Order: sequence, then structure tokens, then C-alpha cells
Amino acid sequence: MDWMIFKRVLMSGAKDFARGGSVSAATVLIMTVTLAIISSLVFLFALLSFTLDTIRDKVDVAAYFVTTASEEDILAVKQKLESLPQVASVSYTSAEEALATFRERHASDELTLQALDELGGNPLDASLEIRAKDPSQYESIASFLQASPALSADGASIIDRVNYTQNKDVIDRLALAIRATRQVGLAVVLIFALASILIAFATIRLAIYSSRDEIAVMRLVGASNAYIQGPFIVAGIITGVIAASIVLLLLWPATLYTGAKTADWFGGFNLASYYLSHFALLFGILMGSGVLLGGVASVLAARKYLKV
Amino acid sequence: MIYFDKVTKSYNGNGPAVEDVTLSIAPKEFVSIVGHSGAGKTTLLKLLMAEERPTEGAVFYESIDVNDLPFSALHHYRRKIGMVFQEFRLIPNKTAYENIAFAMEAAGRTDAEIATDVPYILELVNLADKAAHFPDQLSGGEKQRIAIGRAIINQPEIIIADEPTGMLDPINTYDVVEILKKINELGTTVIITTHNRGVVDAIGRRVVTMDRGKVVRDDADGHYAL
Repeated sequence: MDWMIFKRVLMSGAKDFARGGSVSAATVLIMTVTLAIISSLVFLFALLSFTLDTIRDKVDVAAYFVTTASEEDILAVKQKLESLPQVASVSYTSAEEALATFRERHASDELTLQALDELGGNPLDASLEIRAKDPSQYESIASFLQASPALSADGASIIDRVNYTQNKDVIDRLALAIRATRQVGLAVVLIFALASILIAFATIRLAIYSSRDEIAVMRLVGASNAYIQGPFIVAGIITGVIAASIVLLLLWPATLYTGAKTADWFGGFNLASYYLSHFALLFGILMGSGVLLGGVASVLAARKYLKV
Repeated sequence: MIYFDKVTKSYNGNGPAVEDVTLSIAPKEFVSIVGHSGAGKTTLLKLLMAEERPTEGAVFYESIDVNDLPFSALHHYRRKIGMVFQEFRLIPNKTAYENIAFAMEAAGRTDAEIATDVPYILELVNLADKAAHFPDQLSGGEKQRIAIGRAIINQPEIIIADEPTGMLDPINTYDVVEILKKINELGTTVIITTHNRGVVDAIGRRVVTMDRGKVVRDDADGHYAL
């Protein structure tokens, strides 16, 4: 298609859209609703991921060291753990810090503190709190600790115990729940997206249905299929771009308003800051789906009436 | 130039709309096809436009077997033919000017050609002052004149007009017939269908009479004979 034809198709599509009046307005409206649904699904999925991540971050596995273990040995173990690909972070708590935390937590509990004082010295162990990138990886981290016990100078293991086995059930169940929720969430998102896409398709087809006689005449006047379809595709793409711009514009006040009200409730997830930090993503998704929906729906709908 | 070779067209289930028609039309002829509604006049034109395919027989345009044309080549063939319809069939969201220009654009003519030819044709059909009007702002006669303008703008070898005066009052009918006669005088083959006695008699040229799908009369210097 040379430049002259391309220019004509472009101009003609823009004119058809502008002269479409209420039909163009209605398709833009439906497309706007469709894209608004798609964008809220993006937010929903982000909120779901955020919540699951927050829960996941609360889980860790701790390795407790024998009281005779030197800090140097423990830090060597820490370094080894950090080099594992499954490990997200490792933090070291010395015996003194554990004791201080313990005292602080039981500051109002005279009896416990008295018992602690009577024991004399520090009965608490130093520990490493290990956080995995994914809950399902705790098992391999635990078995790594057990399979390669860090040795102290005299040949005995310096790791006293790993609390994985105690937490195993909870961790496994949580890993399963997170995976299931993510899958169900994705399925729900896809179903809603599909439903709204079908509605937008039907609307554009209806708009083109009203032009079916026009399409037949164009064929009889000697226009090629590409030349007839082109302007419809252009009009469809214009519809998509306008609808996507409307949604992107409306999202800012909408997320600002709801974000402020719901951030606490969502555990710190703020819709407005998500919108700002992920603007490029949302812009891409909305413009992309708008252009694709408008264009593809137009191709399919116009093709139906081109059989003359 | 045009040759219908033993053409039969049946629509599924019903009897044939056109039955065993053999007809040839020479260049520069002006042919009126007359008959009651349902006689097969419009079907005959649709077969020539390749809008319909014959059940039996073949339709030739010069040496081209029209039904052998692949779908992708149809639009090239149709550019040789200008089509005028009873119900005008202008594109509603294009102005009078744009409706005529569309046929040129579709044929790939340049912007400069369009800018000179379209005003000339508007002048010819006497509607230069209505160039910016949309079809719903034009009267029936005006719409049909625009439709004729669209049909002749690419200087086709044939004009096919299916009941072009069917929705017009006598004055507009007269105008349209005069324009078609003028086009024919300039060397274009014209084929029209009609059941208007006055139109046929005013043209006074070859008349092909159809009845129940068959050609029953073919008079070189015809009058309306039903």
C-alpha cells in the first residue's frame, strides 16, 4: 500500500469516526467500560500479589547455634547461605541481642525476668533468620543446613537446631494457599477480561453492521477489500486510543480518592502510588488492548460484509 | 462485448430466476431490459456484475469469463463498469463530492485528477452547488444524479442502471433519462432495467423483454410491449 492510499485510509477513517456521531460515542463508551474493567483487574491482581508477598515475608526459618559457637563461624555460615540462589535474605541475631529482645518483650513480666536472672549468664542461642524467595524453597534450605553442618574447630556441629520441622506444616500450607490464590486470581482476571473483550467486540460489530450496505456498494464501485477495511480499522483504533486515554485520565482522581481511604485497610497498599509507579505498565496495557481490540474487532466485523 | 451464453440462475429451492438466457450486447449500445417485477431483470445485471454466479452457462465480458475471475480480481473488473441503483445507495456519511471522489480514490487515481474531475462531473449532473451536502440533505433526483456521477467518473466502458427512475417523479425521471442518453452518445454502453413505459419510449432504442426468467422479445427499435 503506497503513501497516497495510506493517507486516504487514515483521513477517511478519522472522518468516518468524527461523522459517526452517537454511534462513535457509544462505541467509545463501551470500550471505556471495557478498559476500565481491565485496569481494575490489573489493580486487583497487584493488590493480591502485594498481600501474598506481605504474608510470605512474615515466614522465615531460623537456625539456632550452640552457645559455644563463635560469631566468626556463624557469619561464615551466613555467607554460605547468602550465596544460595533460593535465599532472599539472612539476618544474624547474636545471643546478646536475643537476650535484650527477650527482656524487652517480657519487661512487664517480673516472674520470667526473675527466673532468667536466677539462671545467670545467657541461656539464649545466637541465630540466623533465613528468608526464602519462595515459601516452597524452605525445605531445600533446611536440608542444606542439615546436609552440610557447619563444623566448629573440635569437629562437632555448631548448629543446635533448625526450626523448619516445627514450622513445616504451616509453611507448606501457606505455600499451597499462595499458589492457589494466585492461580484462581489469574483465572478470575482472565474470565472478566474475556467477557469485557467480547462486549467491546459485539459493539464494534454492531456499529459496522449498520454500514454493511455501504460496504457492498464500495465493492460494487470497484474498491479493493483493503481499501474498504482500512478506514474501519482506523476508526476502531481511534476508538481504542480515546477510550484508553479517558480511562488513564479518570484513574488518577479515582485512585487518589480510593487509595487514601483504603491504604490502611489493604495493609499499606496505596492505589494512587501504584498507579504512579506503574504508569508505563498501565499505559501499555490500556493503549495496547484499546488499539488491538478496536483494530481486530473492526477487521473481523468488516470482513463479514466484504463477500460481495 | 457482453455475451450471456445459455445462462440459468436458480436460488436454492425456488424455480430459476433467469432461465436459459442467451443475449449479446455490442459496444455503444443502449439497451433497455423491461419486464414485470420478478421477471429476472435485476438478476441478469447481478450476473454481469459478478454479484451472483450462474447456476448454468457463462457470462462473458469481451474475452473474460466473468465467473472465472477470482474474488481478489473482482474489483479491477468492476472498475470497467459504472453501476446505478434504484435506491441510489450513496454512502451516507460522505458528502456528494466525496461520494463521487470515492470511486476515483478506490481506483487509485491521484489527488490532482480527483480535484479536476469531480467538480467537472458535478457540473455535468448540474449539482455543483450541492457538493458539500450529505445524501440525506439531497432530494431523490439529486441523489440519483450524484449516483450517476459516481458511476461515470472513471469513464467506464459500460453503465448499468437498475431501475434508475423507480423512485423518482416524472421530471427527475426525464432528467435522468436525458443524462443517460448523453452518456451513451459519448460512446459508453448503457444497460438499464425498467418497467416504466415512458422511459422506454423516450429512449427509443433496443428493448429486451423478459418474462418469468426468459427473454421473450428482443426488438432493435423497441417500444414497451407488455
